Amino acid sequence: MNILVCIKQVPDTKIIKVNPKTNTLDRSSAPAILNPYDAHAVEEAVRLKKIHGGKVVVLSMGPPQAKEAIKKCVEIGADEGYLISDRRFAGADTLATSYALYKAIQKLMDEDGIDLVLCGKHAIDGDTGQVGPGIARRMEIPPLTNVIKVEEVDPAEKMIKVRRKIENGYEIIQSTLPCLLTVEKEINEVAYSPLPNMLRAARYNPIVWTVDDLKDVDMKQLGLKGSPTIVGKMWPPAKSDGAQMLDDEGDVKKQAEKIVSLVLEKRELFEAKGGER
Amino acid sequence: MNIEEYRGVWVFIEQRDGQLVDVGLELLGAGRDLADKLEVDLCGILLGHHVKELSNELFEYGADKVYVIDDPVLANYRTETYMKAVGDLVRKYKPEIFVYGATANGKDLASAVATEVMTGLTADTTILDVDVEKRLFEASRPAFGGNIMATILCKKHRPQMATVRPKVMKKLEPQPGRQGEIIEETIDLKEDDLRTKVLEIVRNAKKAVNLEDADIIVAAGKGIKDEKGFKMVEALADVLNATVGASRDVVEAGLCGHDHQVGQTGVTVTPKLYFAIGISGAVQHTVGMANSETIIAINTDPDAAIFNVSHYGVVADAFEIVPLLTEEFRKALQVKTEEGGVAHV
Repeated sequence: MNILVCIKQVPDTKIIKVNPKTNTLDRSSAPAILNPYDAHAVEEAVRLKKIHGGKVVVLSMGPPQAKEAIKKCVEIGADEGYLISDRRFAGADTLATSYALYKAIQKLMDEDGIDLVLCGKHAIDGDTGQVGPGIARRMEIPPLTNVIKVEEVDPAEKMIKVRRKIENGYEIIQSTLPCLLTVEKEINEVAYSPLPNMLRAARYNPIVWTVDDLKDVDMKQLGLKGSPTIVGKMWPPAKSDGAQMLDDEGDVKKQAEKIVSLVLEKRELFEAKGGER
Repeated sequence: MNIEEYRGVWVFIEQRDGQLVDVGLELLGAGRDLADKLEVDLCGILLGHHVKELSNELFEYGADKVYVIDDPVLANYRTETYMKAVGDLVRKYKPEIFVYGATANGKDLASAVATEVMTGLTADTTILDVDVEKRLFEASRPAFGGNIMATILCKKHRPQMATVRPKVMKKLEPQPGRQGEIIEETIDLKEDDLRTKVLEIVRNAKKAVNLEDADIIVAAGKGIKDEKGFKMVEALADVLNATVGASRDVVEAGLCGHDHQVGQTGVTVTPKLYFAIGISGAVQHTVGMANSETIIAINTDPDAAIFNVSHYGVVADAFEIVPLLTEEFRKALQVKTEEGGVAHV
C-alpha cells in the first residue's frame, strides 16, 4: 500500500513574536518545525506500512529550507520525500496550495500508484485545515477529516474504516480507497526514532521539483495569482480598558480576600447550586 | 466569473439527528446584519432527511428564505453528498456571501465546497463585517497561532466564504410566527453510487468536560508549570463547583485533555465567571474567553496581555494565592450553604 503524506514546515507559533511597531511577524523569533499534526500523519503512515507493506512518500511545498521538515519525516520512518519549491508558488492561499500539491501528486501517481493520502488536521501557523479536503476534491477522492483512529484497512478490497471525531462523540465511516485522511493528535503517539532512521535522515536529500518539473500547470492557479483570498489588514489584538488591578501592596492574603468577596457578590452563582453539592 | 450576478447572504444550517445546531442560528443573527446592510435576502441552507419542518424555526431566527434538500442520502453528514448538494445550489443561485459554523463537519464541508466552486474561504473567523459600497465581505480571525488579528478579503471570486467559531456570534431573539419562503431542491445521487458510508455515530451521553455550559471556569496556563500546579487549580475549581479550563500550552504539556482547551483551537466559552491563572493571554486563548461575564486574572507578570481582557487582575504567584483562595472559598461557601439550611458535605 503506497501512502502519501502531505506535510508543512511551520514557525513554532508558540514562540513567535509580533513586532509591535510594524504588526508583522518576526519569523526569526521562532524556529521552523515540522507541523506537529503532520508528524502524527507520518507516524500513522509508517504504522500502516508496517502492517500492509508498500512505501511512505512525503510531499511538501515551501522554501528550500523546508527540506529539514522532510528529513524529520524520514526520521519518523518515511521512505522518500519531495519538496516543490519555486518562487512562482509563493503567496499561495489554501486554494492555490492544494492546486500546486495536486499537480505534484499527479506526477507522483504517474510514477507509482497512491492508495491513501494523509494530512495533519491543520497547520499550526494557519489553523485552517482546508488544504487536505481541497486536495481530495481535486483528486476526486473522499476526504475523511478529524480522524482519531484507523479501524480497519483492506488494501485488497480497497476499503478503509476510520473513526472521525465530531462534536460530543465520534462516528465510524467507511470509504473506498484511495481516499484522504486528515488526522488528529489522538491517532497515535509519535515514537522516538530508531537510530538507523536518524542516520538515514541525516544523509537523506529530498528531491526538489520546481514548477517546470510538473506537467500541465495552469500558471494562473499558482501562488498569489491563484489565491482568491488576500489579507486586508492586520492589527494587534484589541486592548480593552484593562483590568482593575487589586494590588494591596502585594499582600497576597488581602488580594485573596478581595477576590473572594468580589466573587461572592455574584450570589446567583452559588445560591442555586447550594443543594447540589 | 461575473461577480455582479452574485447576490444574497447564505448560512449553512447544520442539523444533527434532526436537531438544529446552535451555531447555525447564531450565524443567522450575524448574517441578518450583513444582509440588511447589503439589502439582500438572508438564506438558510438546510440539508438532511425529514428536516423541512425545521425551516420555520429558521424564519423565526431571521432567515428570509430557506433552501431545503430533503433526501435519504443526506440523512447523515458526508462530504461526498453534502459537497455535491451545496455546490449545485451555489452554482444555481449564486450567493455573494456564504458562512458556515466552524464545527468538524462545517469546516469539512466549507473546505470541500471552496475547491468545488473555486472560491476563497477564511477559516475560524470571529468578526464579520461588510464594505457595503464594494460589497466586500470582511472576515477577520486571529492569525499565526493567535498572535495577531487579520481581515481576509476575497475580491474577485464569489461566493465569499468563511467558517465562524461557535458561540462567537449572537442569536437574534426569535420572532414567533415570522414567515419566509421555502425553496425545495433535489439531489441526484443514489446510495449505491456513493463511496462513503457512515456506519455508526456515537455521541457521549454526557460530556466528560462541558466547558460551554459552565457558569464558572477556572483555567490554568503555562504559569502553573506542572502537575502539582494543575492539581492546585483543580482544587480551586472543585471548591467553586467549577469546570477546569486550560490554555494550549497546558494541554500540549499533557497536564489535561484537549477537552479542557479554551481558545482558537479549543472551545469558545462565555461563563459568568472566568479565572485565568498563570495564563499569559495570547489571542489564541483570549479569543475563546474574552466574552465571559467577569474575568479575574492572576499572573506574576504585570505586563501580561491577559490583564487587557480581564475585569480584575492580581499580580501574584499562583502558587501562593491559589491555595489561599481555595481555603477562603471553602470557608465562605460552607457558611453560606449552612445559612441556607443546606448541609455542606
